[in-house]
Amino acid sequence: MKTVRLLIGTSKGMFVLRASAARSAWQLEGPHLAGRAVYSVAHDGRGRRQRVWAGAASMHWGAVLVATDDWGRTWDEPQEANVKFPADTGLALKQIWQISPGLADEPDTLYCGVDPAALFRSTDGGKTWGVVRGLLDHPHRERWQPGGGGLCLHTIVRDPANAERMWIAISSGGVYRTTDGGRTWTARNAGIRAEFLPEKYPEFGQCVHKVVQHPSRAGRLFAQNHWGLYRSDDAGDSWQDIARGVPSDFGFAMAIHPREPDTVYIIPITSDQVRVSPEGKLRVYRTRNAGRSWEPLTRGLPQRHAYDIVLRDGLTTDSLDPAGVYFGTRNGKLYASSDGGASWRLAIDGLPSITCVRAVVVDDRKPARSKEAGRSARR
Amino acid sequence: MLIPTPLRPFAGGRSRIPIEVAKKPASLGDALEALWGVAAGVRDRVLTEQGDVRPHVNVFVGTESCRWTGGLDTPVADGAEIAIFPAISGGR
Repeated sequence: MKTVRLLIGTSKGMFVLRASAARSAWQLEGPHLAGRAVYSVAHDGRGRRQRVWAGAASMHWGAVLVATDDWGRTWDEPQEANVKFPADTGLALKQIWQISPGLADEPDTLYCGVDPAALFRSTDGGKTWGVVRGLLDHPHRERWQPGGGGLCLHTIVRDPANAERMWIAISSGGVYRTTDGGRTWTARNAGIRAEFLPEKYPEFGQCVHKVVQHPSRAGRLFAQNHWGLYRSDDAGDSWQDIARGVPSDFGFAMAIHPREPDTVYIIPITSDQVRVSPEGKLRVYRTRNAGRSWEPLTRGLPQRHAYDIVLRDGLTTDSLDPAGVYFGTRNGKLYASSDGGASWRLAIDGLPSITCVRAVVVDDRKPARSKEAGRSARR
Repeated sequence: MLIPTPLRPFAGGRSRIPIEVAKKPASLGDALEALWGVAAGVRDRVLTEQGDVRPHVNVFVGTESCRWTGGLDTPVADGAEIAIFPAISGGR
């Protein structure tokens, strides 16, 4: 029997919402990691794992990656912090913004993106992590500028067919691509406008908020920027403005349909100065033609006095058919659609401010692999 | 050495750990090094990877925060009480 679990990171812990494949009734579990800000969650289902990773940050005690193999009942908490900058960098970890399990044929590889902007890689299933030097030592680094959330590397996009090629996104630095497994990186922002800079089309310095890709079309990317909505059909070499028919091209969140590579979801925000839903209407916008046109999805969403915001990883899809679409707001509401966005229901209200949401479809008959060694303190 | 509640899972559940430091005179850094020897997981919660006391953590020698007494170089006398506290600035 298939079930859906939503992994919900919030400013004060992580929650799990669980439903049958019908996705009509949701049960809440948590809070897990109570009190800690969870800006990143990821599910690693490679092999026979059922492992959930979370970037858990305490304002007092710092940030670490933690993992659970039982959906949050118990956590492996490292004694020694597992994501650390080398001494020669002078840098100290502030936040873990993104966790990305590697490709299916590299089952022990994971990446994470952090503040201050850097990419870390593990090749032993998350036991040890090392910084990706090619990006850390990039000559552009000294001119990257922190945004409201810090100087964060918040997006990691892999090429499913080529382990050497990947993209990352930094606020604010822009999109960077490697084609040699991370040894060298080139800025890939041609055509993306930097509204907040005197030079409107610089090589880098853009404030990209999210990039998504459909695994069946690795060279096509969609980007939601700090002002601007874009598509690239040439792996990031050039970008075209696709903000036609949206109330604002400012926003954070972006997600792609699990099977339709031309279907993308966004949630516009009024402006950088007024960071709430435009006109007090909470609307998801969907394109089904790769950005040539957008349609508002409003059925079941509040269309009056809804002054809310969805952050960059607060919108996601599941892999069922019809696709589930989910988003969590800073006001602690989680909305769910089980029909590709045509209609929505408030699944839960009253959570702490939601930072990220990921959906996992689980076949509960499939036995999980036994726990791997490597971490010690269980909490 | 007084361990705050959130860090006790990394200190075998103990709230108070006696520390012996061979070096005389001893500094706060020496005392903390000795603490890491018996409660390794506490280190990365109190210090950044660059060896600085985290911005929202206070370490007191007696009644004075080490921020005002020389940081990790603060002298520690025999029998001194060292206390780790979450700062009031840390919550959100």
